[in-house]
Amino acid sequence: MFLNFIVFFQMCPVSELILNLTDQYGHERTSLLPILQGVVQQENYLSEYAMIEIARALNLSAAEVYGTATFYSFLEYKKMGKYLIRICKTISCSMKGKNQVLMAIEDMLKIKVGETTPDGMFSLLQTNCLGFCHMAPAMLINFDVYTDLTPEKVREILSGYLNRKGGANDTRI
Amino acid sequence: MTPGYDLKRVDFIFQTESDWKEILQKSLSRPPAELINELISSELKGRGGAGFPTGLKWKLAADELSPIKYIICNADEGEPGTFKDREILSKVPMKVLTAMAVCGFVIGSLEAYIYLRGEYFFLKPALNKAIQEFQATCHDLNFDFRIKLFMGAGAYICGEETALFESMEGKRGEPRNKPPYPTSFGYLGKPTVINNVETLAHTYTIFKYGAKRFYDLGVQYSRGSKLFSVSGDSPKPGIYELELGMSLLDFVHDFGDGDTKAVQVGGASGFLVPQKRFAETTIGFQGKLTGISLPTGGSMMLFNSSRSMYNVLDNYLEFFREESCGQCTPCRVGCQQLLNGIKAVKRGEKTGQYLDKLLRLTETMQYTAKCGLGQSVANSFSSIVENFREEMIY
Repeated sequence: MFLNFIVFFQMCPVSELILNLTDQYGHERTSLLPILQGVVQQENYLSEYAMIEIARALNLSAAEVYGTATFYSFLEYKKMGKYLIRICKTISCSMKGKNQVLMAIEDMLKIKVGETTPDGMFSLLQTNCLGFCHMAPAMLINFDVYTDLTPEKVREILSGYLNRKGGANDTRI
Repeated sequence: MTPGYDLKRVDFIFQTESDWKEILQKSLSRPPAELINELISSELKGRGGAGFPTGLKWKLAADELSPIKYIICNADEGEPGTFKDREILSKVPMKVLTAMAVCGFVIGSLEAYIYLRGEYFFLKPALNKAIQEFQATCHDLNFDFRIKLFMGAGAYICGEETALFESMEGKRGEPRNKPPYPTSFGYLGKPTVINNVETLAHTYTIFKYGAKRFYDLGVQYSRGSKLFSVSGDSPKPGIYELELGMSLLDFVHDFGDGDTKAVQVGGASGFLVPQKRFAETTIGFQGKLTGISLPTGGSMMLFNSSRSMYNVLDNYLEFFREESCGQCTPCRVGCQQLLNGIKAVKRGEKTGQYLDKLLRLTETMQYTAKCGLGQSVANSFSSIVENFREEMIY
């Protein structure tokens, strides 16, 4: 009893999160994706520790969880910033000035594609077709969509996020 | 040939959905066989791009004896240049849900899923609300139909039906061998009807107005209307519902900017049609006797003369290289080699003849790749390289 008590309080937030998620979605293999997504939504990425814990909870090998997680581009397994910018690089967006928008972001945040700002606020990635080809170029910041981008517009949007910085406001639902 | 300039605009899909309860009630009171016949006689074909007859799909699943069957709405809309499904799900979700329930009634299934791509996460709250409202109505009608939302996580290949099942089962989204087909061995090995969002929305129209209204639109083998996602060099990009069987020349006349050099029909996995072939190309399913008929999931990308076709192909191949699931060698290695190959030709490290070698490689991929992704890389590659060879080299 006493031991259980200690274990409970020593549990790190990820383990607790995984416990909640398995309670919600169940322990079957079919729950794996929703659980992985749940962890990414809270933690911004899947740590090795989290994947091992999930494997344990679902009675799978850690390799299988890792193999599944790394297949999907929206399940990051590297630590990401609080705001993850994904800019669409597929043809319609790239025809409508994606590169200029990308350069504006890189200039403003002083990071390149694939990098995270030193303060851990922003990560920048390119992604495949977001399905906003008629309003190109488009990007996602976490799950918020921004379309018809121009360098000026994207600077304005990012300023909005920078001003929010430090606040409790988190758009990652 | 002079263009007719008569693209027929249709307004079925985005017509009001306020009568969904009525349609649901009416359909649930009809015998399932009659509903299937209605669909078969409408000649509705799958609107995701593959064009399998929807009525037949429902019939095959209905004939299965399994006590557990599933219905899945494929909303993993990942083809570059398509964005119609998002619009349907945000504007007329009840039509899709109603169609799913009618399908459940027809094939004898009480469990359904919507597989929504991760990029459309922002739709989730509204869609969940719609599902709740819908289920409450089903409950009132004594029809305990359950619909759940399943979120994808950013993988184009999961739009392939068997890869989608694997993904829902918590695995890597790698396509299975076919047969067995989903109607006998689908999600969790149970008979499954998997339909594109737009296909389901069209069945709503058919149940509402009858098969004839739908059949009267379009041409032989390509009946009905279809949503087109227009993007690229067009003064009016967006979503349009048009009658099938239109000529590409008429389409370009209506949607082009006057300088259209080529149109990519069907996204990265589709075909590029150069200007000289606009007149002989129609948009519909295969089976027409004269001219070229191109099927499409609805993606129409227009390119004007300022665009380099090399850049277009480079972009597509990079897309395929990243989105190939990596399971079978022809696709995994083929996509890499095609991309490296055209880059080498562009840099002058290889001669123009090397393009012929690459064309043979796409042919090999067409025959040996396991699923539609690897097989269809040949479509855009050969249609771009054959029509714009100079642009690839110089």
